[in-house]
Amino acid sequence: MTPDRKLRVLVAKPGLDGHDRGARVIAYGLRDAGFEVIYTGLRQSPEQIAREAIQEDVDAVGLSILSGAHMSLTGRVLDLLREQGAEDIPVLVGGLIPDQDREALCELGVAGVFTAGTPISEVADFIQSHAGA
Amino acid sequence: MRGTLAREPRALARLVSGVENRTPGWEDAMKALYPHTGKARILGITGPPGGGKSSLTNRLTAGLVDRGHRVGVIAIDPSSPFSGGALLGDRLRMRDVSTAPGVFIRSMATRGSLGGLCQGARDVARALDAAGYDLVLIETVGVGQDEVEIVKAADVVAVVCVPGQGDGVQALKAGIMEIADVYVVNKADRDGADQVAADIGAMLALSGEDTTDREMVFPTNSLSGEGVEPLTEALLDRAARVEHAPERVSERAREEVLLLVEREIARRVRAGLAEDPRLESAVEGVVTRRSDPYSAAEALLGLFGRMEVVTGE
Ligand SMILES: Nc1nc2c(ncn2[C@@H]2O[C@H](COP(=O)(O)OP(=O)(O)O)[C@@H](O)[C@H]2O)c(=O)[nH]1
Ligand SMILES: [Mg+2]
Repeated sequence: MTPDRKLRVLVAKPGLDGHDRGARVIAYGLRDAGFEVIYTGLRQSPEQIAREAIQEDVDAVGLSILSGAHMSLTGRVLDLLREQGAEDIPVLVGGLIPDQDREALCELGVAGVFTAGTPISEVADFIQSHAGA
Repeated sequence: MRGTLAREPRALARLVSGVENRTPGWEDAMKALYPHTGKARILGITGPPGGGKSSLTNRLTAGLVDRGHRVGVIAIDPSSPFSGGALLGDRLRMRDVSTAPGVFIRSMATRGSLGGLCQGARDVARALDAAGYDLVLIETVGVGQDEVEIVKAADVVAVVCVPGQGDGVQALKAGIMEIADVYVVNKADRDGADQVAADIGAMLALSGEDTTDREMVFPTNSLSGEGVEPLTEALLDRAARVEHAPERVSERAREEVLLLVEREIARRVRAGLAEDPRLESAVEGVVTRRSDPYSAAEALLGLFGRMEVVTGE
């Protein structure tokens, strides 16, 4: 029997801004694309996110950040994952990310940056190709 | 396996995935794990969607951690029948404990086959048990008979009802009564909570079960935490009694073994016949009406050899 492997994604919203519409759109979109999405809502600390990613054994973490604090928040999540031996979990960042920060995020170790308006199918394909390598 | 026993969260999380996905080798892992299990008590929490099960689980977990327990949580939500995906949002309500030391939360989707999930949840609970979580809470939506199956893995079952939701007491009629050890009337801050509690009390009286020695109905407010303390006491008390209920334990073991055999036979039958031309010709016979489904099934059954066990006939 081929094991019924489903890709699991954590969609989290670190930082203090109060809008999770974008994150919800992604969460529902990925569900409809066949993913198991663990959605944890607003104002998650990097510590919570790293812990959740590990406990849920996700194939990818999607961070939605609108607050402008994407560099520090993302860096912290990546550090915590690394400290716990989970640097192999790809981290995606979405939201309002200025062009000039994209490369810097990738240098930090982010697998992909998706700004608002990216079609879900693109995100889904990206996760699929990065998962379980 | 070794990592799980050493209580490494990452190792445990991966083992859980392997068990959930039935990744080749999962059975060997479970076999090796089994001797390290049996210490945990499993609490099932079921009830209608939106009843506050996750919020209650959050509160219960916090209280249990304060008492020095290590708590594993399995939060089950339905998969989408359309995409096969799932939105697992229970953690949203469990933030007070999501980074607490000694707490491990795992979200699970039903993935279509509830029979499989039932065993899956049981196996995941065992993995948590082996990793030293001495209490495992399984949260599951309980609206129909199918979901009820899942909580059969539990030692103690709490059924959550809420005021103002017709299906509160309705759900009780759908066969949940046989599995409920305690009833929680959550959202007790709302109008109508007393009525729901009274309805349940009346129903219990009708059922003729002798409950004079123990409280059965617990009003709670999962937002303020009111009422959670006595509920916690009751759950721990019932969980401790299970050790002295050998019939229940052996009945569950019997069911589990039977289910494993049943599923494996079903799997072999399907796998064995999938490519077999004899299935095709049997199907054709039925379609063209040269034969009938009953004779076709009989003929195919003949292919599976003689079972050593006496069959029902
Ligand atoms: N008023 C009130 N609301 C509650 C209580 N418990 C949970 N809720 C709310 O009910 C909604 C559903 O809660 P949730 O825990 O997700 O329910 P579940 O679907 O059964 O897991 C949320 O908006 C909670 O904040 C309670 O005791 N009183
Ligand atoms: Mg819930």
